[in-house]
Parts: sequence; C-alpha cells; structure tokens
Amino acid sequence: MSPEAPIALFVTCLNDTLFPRVGQATVRLLERLGHQVSFPAEQTCCGQMHVNSGYGAEALPMLRRFLAAFGDQELIVSPSASCVATVRSDYPAIAREAGDPGLAAHLEALTPRVFELCELLTTRLKLTDVSASFPHRVAYHPTCHSLRGLELGDAPLRLLGAVRGLELVELPEAEVCCGFGGTFAVKNADTSAAMLADKLAALRACGAEVCTTVDSSCLMHIGGGLSRTGGSIRTLHIAEILASEAGPAS
Amino acid sequence: MKGPRSFPEAAREALADPTLRRNLGRATATIRARRAAVVAEKGDWQALRDAGAAIKADTMSRLDDLLEQFERQVELAGGTVHWAVDGTEACKIVAAIARDHDCSRLLKVKSMATDEIGLNASLAEAGIEAIETDLAELIVQLAGDRPSHILVPAIHRNRDEIHALFAEHLGAKPEETEPEALAAVARRHLRRQFMTTSMAVSGANFGVAETGAICVVESEGNGRMCTTLPDVLVTVMGIEKLIPRWQDLEVFLQLLPRSATGERMNPYTSFWTGVRTDLPGDGPREFHLVLLDNGRTRALADPHGRDALHCIRCSACLNVCPVYERVGGHAYEGVYPGPIGAVLAPQLEGVESRSSLPFASSLCGACLEACPVKIDIPSMLVHLRAAAVGAGATPRSERLTMAALARGFGSPRRFEILQRFGAAVQRRLPRDRRMARAPGPLGRWARSRDLPEAPPESFRAWWKKRRDGGG
Repeated sequence: MSPEAPIALFVTCLNDTLFPRVGQATVRLLERLGHQVSFPAEQTCCGQMHVNSGYGAEALPMLRRFLAAFGDQELIVSPSASCVATVRSDYPAIAREAGDPGLAAHLEALTPRVFELCELLTTRLKLTDVSASFPHRVAYHPTCHSLRGLELGDAPLRLLGAVRGLELVELPEAEVCCGFGGTFAVKNADTSAAMLADKLAALRACGAEVCTTVDSSCLMHIGGGLSRTGGSIRTLHIAEILASEAGPAS
Repeated sequence: MKGPRSFPEAAREALADPTLRRNLGRATATIRARRAAVVAEKGDWQALRDAGAAIKADTMSRLDDLLEQFERQVELAGGTVHWAVDGTEACKIVAAIARDHDCSRLLKVKSMATDEIGLNASLAEAGIEAIETDLAELIVQLAGDRPSHILVPAIHRNRDEIHALFAEHLGAKPEETEPEALAAVARRHLRRQFMTTSMAVSGANFGVAETGAICVVESEGNGRMCTTLPDVLVTVMGIEKLIPRWQDLEVFLQLLPRSATGERMNPYTSFWTGVRTDLPGDGPREFHLVLLDNGRTRALADPHGRDALHCIRCSACLNVCPVYERVGGHAYEGVYPGPIGAVLAPQLEGVESRSSLPFASSLCGACLEACPVKIDIPSMLVHLRAAAVGAGATPRSERLTMAALARGFGSPRRFEILQRFGAAVQRRLPRDRRMARAPGPLGRWARSRDLPEAPPESFRAWWKKRRDGGG
C-alpha cells in the first residue's frame, strides 16, 4: 500500500454515539504507528441491526450511504468485527436481492478494502507488537462475529500477548456466545440474560481485572451485566488497550 | 391464530426451572465433549462435510426423479409405496394398514417423522395403541411428556425422575436406580412387547434410491427388533431422507454417529429392502413405505430455505447451541427443537404461526460450525426473520422504529440530530435497575443490564473539534 494514503475510519454508529473513546483510541493507535487517519463524515450506520432483524430491505439506504462515504477510500478500518462482517458478507447479497446489481458490484469491489482493526494490524500492516503497555490481568472474549464470521483466529490474542505488562488470563468456555445478539438481547431478554450470567461467572472465575474484545456491542452487554452485579471487573475495547502507553496508570 | 406459545414466553418458563437447566447443561456438555473428540480424530472431517453437503444438494436438485426411482426399487423388492401430502394423510394410511391386519397394537421405532405428524395420538383415536420401544421415547411416553431433543428425547429428565416413572408404570423396585438396572426394567417390559406384537412402524435415516433400501441407525437394538420380528412393517419417511446411491452411505455413516452421539460408529445400523423372500427368515412379510411431504416441497421451492432439507437429524446444532442449552427443547413448542427446529418449524408449519422462532437465536454461528452437512442456519434464520417481518408478524412499534431509524441513518445530518437527541435523553435516564420498569426494549434491556454511561460528546463531535482546532 502507499504509505501516504490515509486509513479511513469507519467508527460505527454505536462507537460514535456511545463509545467515542473506542474511536479515539483507534485514531491514537494508528497515528502512533505512523499512519494518517481520516474520518469520512458522510458515514452513519452499517445497517447490521436492520439486516439481522429481518429488515434487510430497509437497510438499503445505509448500504448506499456506506458506499458514498467509503467508495473512494483505499483502506478502511473499523473497530467492530460484527459491522465489518455485515459489510463483507451481507452487503452484496442484499443489494442483489433488492434488484440493484450495480450497487452490488460497487460494494463487492469495496468490501475487500474494509478491515477489522486487529485484522488490519496483523494481516495488512503485519504487526503484532504495537508498542502498547497495559499492566493488568486481561481476559479476552472472542465475539461470535470475530470468531466465526471474520475468522480472526488468534490475531487479537497475539496483539494482546505483545502488550507490555499485560497478563492474559484464560477465560473458561471463551468461545460461547455472551448472549448479546443484537435485538436478541431485548427480544429474548430472559435467555440473553441467562447466557450473560454464565459469561459473567466465567469472567469472575478466571480472575481478570479487565474483559476485552473487538465489539463494543457485546462489551456493552457484558459491561452492563458486570455493573449491575457489582465487582471490580471493567470492560475495555481492544483498541483502548492497544492504544495504551506506559506512563500514568490508564 | 392461537397456536403455540411464543418462544420468549415458553423460554421464560424453562429458564425458571433450575433442575431442567442442570440436567441440560450436564447432558449437552457431555455430548459436546464426546463429539469434539471423535470429530478431531478425523483428518478429513471438512472434506466429509463438503461431500455430505454436495450429495444432499445433488439429491434435492433432482428429487422428483430420484423418488420415482426409489418407488420402483421398493416395489420391485415387494414393498408397497404410499404418497402422503400431509400428516393427516400419512396417519390415515398407517391406521388403515393396521386395521387391515386387525392390529390394535403396534411397535414404534424412534422416528422424528412420526412425531412430526402426531401418529401416536392419531392412532389412539382410531383405537390403536402405539408402543414406543426406544428407551427415551418410552420414558417420554410413560410420563405423558413431549420429547425435548431430536436424538435424546428425555434429555430434560434425570435418573431419579426416570426411576420414579418406571416404579409407577413398569414395576421398578426401589433399589433399581442405577442406569443398568433401569435399562433392565425397560428391557423386561419391551421384550414382552416385541414377542407379542405383529406390526411395527419406523422412520428412516436414509432411503437409497438406487436399491430401494431403507436404513435406520440406532443405539439400543430396539429398532432391529421392530424391523425384523413383526410380520408387517410400515416406514414413514420424509421425502428429503433420500440419497441417490448406496455408496453415499460411506459419507453419511461417518458423519451421522460422530455428530450425533459422538461415536465412531453407532451400535446398530439396520438395512432392509422390501420384504423377506426366504421364508422363514428375518424381516417383514409385508412392507409399506409412506413417503411424506408435509411442507417439504414448499421448503424445496424456497431458494433460501431448501438447504434445511439436507438435515440428517444428528442434533449437533442443539448440543452446541447456547440458547438450546439454557431453555431446552420444549421452549420451541414443536417436534424439532434447537437451531434446526427454529428453521424447520416455520418452514413446515408456516412462518406466520411460528414467527417467534427465527428470532430465538443470537446468530452466534455455533450451529453452522457443527453441522455435518454445513447448513447455514444463521443465514436461514435471518431470511425467515425477513419473512416474518414481511408477513406483518413483528410488532407495529418495532416496524415503525426500524423504519424511522433507517430513515435517520440514511443521512449524516439526520443521524447527527438523532444522536444528539438520544444523548440528551440518555443523560436524563437512570442507568441502573430503576430502568427495568421502562416500557419496551429499554426495560427489557435494563432487567439484567445497566445502561452505558452517556459520553460527554459523540466521536464525530470530538473529531470535528480536533480537526477545526488543528489537533
């Protein structure tokens, strides 16, 4: 890639609105690594909630919006595995089903340039050590979209493993869904809560100070449960950990 | 339309039962571990899955021709073939065969197809008693209960519950509480039935078009008894159970037991083709095959749904599903529980009456990962959700919210307005338990989770300031 081209940040609607610190950490991290970051202000939401809840046809304006915001970008990064999975695996099919093969073709050309943050760091920028420092005991919960959608494998763990002072603790049954599932969390709130309760128990059992992952949505659910049930475990997006530097305690 | 309860409603009841959750958690964890071990030892597992998926896709693409070939082969071997468009028709056919032979009792081999059409209840109405011979089906039948798992119908019951049941119905002694003793009690009861009943009804795991053979895979030997001892055998087989060639079994007989019970090979694999000719040998003198549609051709016509017909009923998707593990099979209010049930029930019964099922999943994808024939259950659930939305089966408030949000997200300007409005509201709301009283999704969220803290500004506001400030 040309070192001059800025990396366009697709921050996602959730991070933009509720977790701006995740977007800020992504910017800080990439700039520290010597990259220029741009934020195409035309972006809004990828439409994942609509698509996964059966309102795929209604998501069409969001597909067009994504194309308008990022169509010209050479490289796009997002700190969300599930949003990247939506763009990559659902977009072209939705456009085709809506009878817009032109849009589908444009999106097909665009999606290979869209990367989840850990993916960008490890496969595109070929980095494992991003010179971060975070002296805490951290449990990594692999979100379903990162694990079975994007197939990130151990990329996040390798990145975390290279962080100074960070102690990775093994989360029991880590690959079991936390119970978020988008609108599932409210449509099937009781089942979602039962799944969450088991995830929280696993987090407590492993002695972590911090639970991290690659999706703010799952973290919002896990964090909401942790805050409700008390205790000292915090949630942080992996971008926040990777952006941390030695110095005053983060 | 007053049909089954909605999934969230049925799930709430199941979640409140700690014994059920313990029974299920223990049983599914055991099967999961066993499956993982025997799958891991197959170096060509992914190739086997690909082959299984390809054979099923090929079968479905020419199902009409293959079914006719199958019919010819079964009849050549001395069997009689019946075609049933739905469950009512299939039940009538079986009852008529029983009446023709003056049978007031018949044996049952564990079969999903006959559960699907409610055969036992239908036969009872006709004055014919159906005796389940699979141990777990027997437990369920004695308890007047419903199966809660495709393969392990009594997975929701523990040993003590089973002992109580056998003591009441089969004369189990107080000390007969160990699994071996309980199995012996059932065996005493079942042997009597096997020796004195002249008709049996089975399902089919596979039907081989090329030879007319039927295959049933089982663990207990009760199926072998039923298919060899009685003079009259009736097999009720969903039309999707067909495979083209005998050789295809090489693939499926590896995929099925490893995925289902976590065994390299199941204890009993029975094949029969038509009727016995070398009297007095084993096997029925009279064989009837009932080919059941019951919604399957409708599923076949749906390009997004037809892969569900590839299902070989192994239950791997149930055992790995975090939703199934917590709520059990009864919450699905139908014969087919778990992820595949959430697809099959709306397909076979219509999405309007089962509209909550496609939403009974966090779309975590564990089912697809485990499926031996690679059925993309998560994608199908999403398509069925769209069908439910299209049929007007989702709440009006939800449809309006989604439409409003889609419009809002369609433009950066409107998005920003929504964002500011949302943040202003959020800052005024309590984040804790008090929010659980809020109506709608917000209250359902807050029953078990605090709301996130409202940030001082959005990312885009921060970015704008930073850019304008030259940062």
